[in-house]
Amino acid sequence: MFARTSALVFSPQCGQVRNMATLKDITIRLKSIKNIQKITKSMKMVAAAKYARAEKQLKPARVYGTGALALYEKADIKAPEDKVAKHLIVGVTSDRGLCGAIHSGVAKTIKNEIANLTGSGKEVMVINVGDKLRGLLHRTHGKHILLNCKEVGRKPPNFSDASVIATELLTSGYEFDQGSVIFNRFRSVISYKTDQKPLFSNDTVSSSENMGVYDDIDADVLRNYQEFALVNVIYLALKESSTSEQSARMTAMDSASKNASEMIDKLTLTFNRTRQAVITKELIEIISGAAAL
Amino acid sequence: MLAARLFRRALPVLRQARSYADAASGAPQMSFTFASPTQVFFREASVKQVDVPTLTGVFGILPAHVPTLQVLRPGVVTVFNDDGSSAKYFVSSGSVTVNADSSVQLLAEEAVPLDQLDVTAARANLEKAQSELVGTADEAVRAEVQISIEANEAIVKALE
Repeated sequence: MFARTSALVFSPQCGQVRNMATLKDITIRLKSIKNIQKITKSMKMVAAAKYARAEKQLKPARVYGTGALALYEKADIKAPEDKVAKHLIVGVTSDRGLCGAIHSGVAKTIKNEIANLTGSGKEVMVINVGDKLRGLLHRTHGKHILLNCKEVGRKPPNFSDASVIATELLTSGYEFDQGSVIFNRFRSVISYKTDQKPLFSNDTVSSSENMGVYDDIDADVLRNYQEFALVNVIYLALKESSTSEQSARMTAMDSASKNASEMIDKLTLTFNRTRQAVITKELIEIISGAAAL
Repeated sequence: MLAARLFRRALPVLRQARSYADAASGAPQMSFTFASPTQVFFREASVKQVDVPTLTGVFGILPAHVPTLQVLRPGVVTVFNDDGSSAKYFVSSGSVTVNADSSVQLLAEEAVPLDQLDVTAARANLEKAQSELVGTADEAVRAEVQISIEANEAIVKALE
């Protein structure tokens, strides 16, 4: 008898024996899931509105950004493999979560890049645009982080945001030879892809062989041009990233709402079954009580 | 029928002449892209000439211009279309790239068509900036005010 009572005492802790859920438990659960479904539905609406606006602003931004990179593509500027020792990675995400694999995709790419570059003996520093990226990177790669940018994602990004980031980068004193911007490129409402765009230093550009074709360029003009191009690339990355993020959040909240409605359906069935079981039990008690008389 | 035979013999000559004409005008076609971060004005369009204000002076860019990179100054960009009409825009700053394949990318930080600018507001801003310049001694603030003066002067000059 002692053993039986002690087993009854221990069972809730090992959690393998569950009592039949009462009507009240199911009602509480049902109400909370319905509230969550309302919240995810409204988040989806908000994300859809923000996505529509971001996509509209992305069209001119893409033309602008590809125009800025046209020089590097047409002049086929590549960093010389041997001389490149200092790398810079700019990772673009945002501050807010609940958007699927947006932040983890960029963080994974950055971690791979850091592993490759430090494996071949190069120095790498990372600039985080967005708090989520900082959270993902600072524990394992904290010593590679150069700058963190917060308050990203609340409002749609504009050109002055990109120029603030570029100014901080240039005044940070880190002279990089080669760099890349890692962001999520928007492909469609349901798909995005983690992409990289290159950043070149002034030395790389001026010593590239095809640059001789370009007439009459002095160091000052080249420096101004490079600074402007840097801002343009960052701007493009910010715009693409924000559009991808809003579309991913829309998709994520949509699936969350669907899952919630599935759970509601299942729970409603369980609720009805439980209710019928309770009624049946009461009837049986009454009838057996009456029969006993 | 005689006319048809003559026609047939004449046709190859015509066709040859036509192909020569294509080759001559095919190469120096300018693919002109003019955009600001929020708006695209021209996207790989074919235009006759573009005048841009740069730090080293006003450039006229025609197809087959020598490749160059330039930084813009506040001023007026004039685009001459193939049909002879021209459009003027005011740009604040930016860069222009002329590549070897005759493509031109004009990227301006801010660009507006000239008819959207108000000359009285520009004059008022210019006077305010000039009075601010006299008042301050801080280097950074002076530099900003001087940029404002330069931009407003250019606007006023463009609209007059």
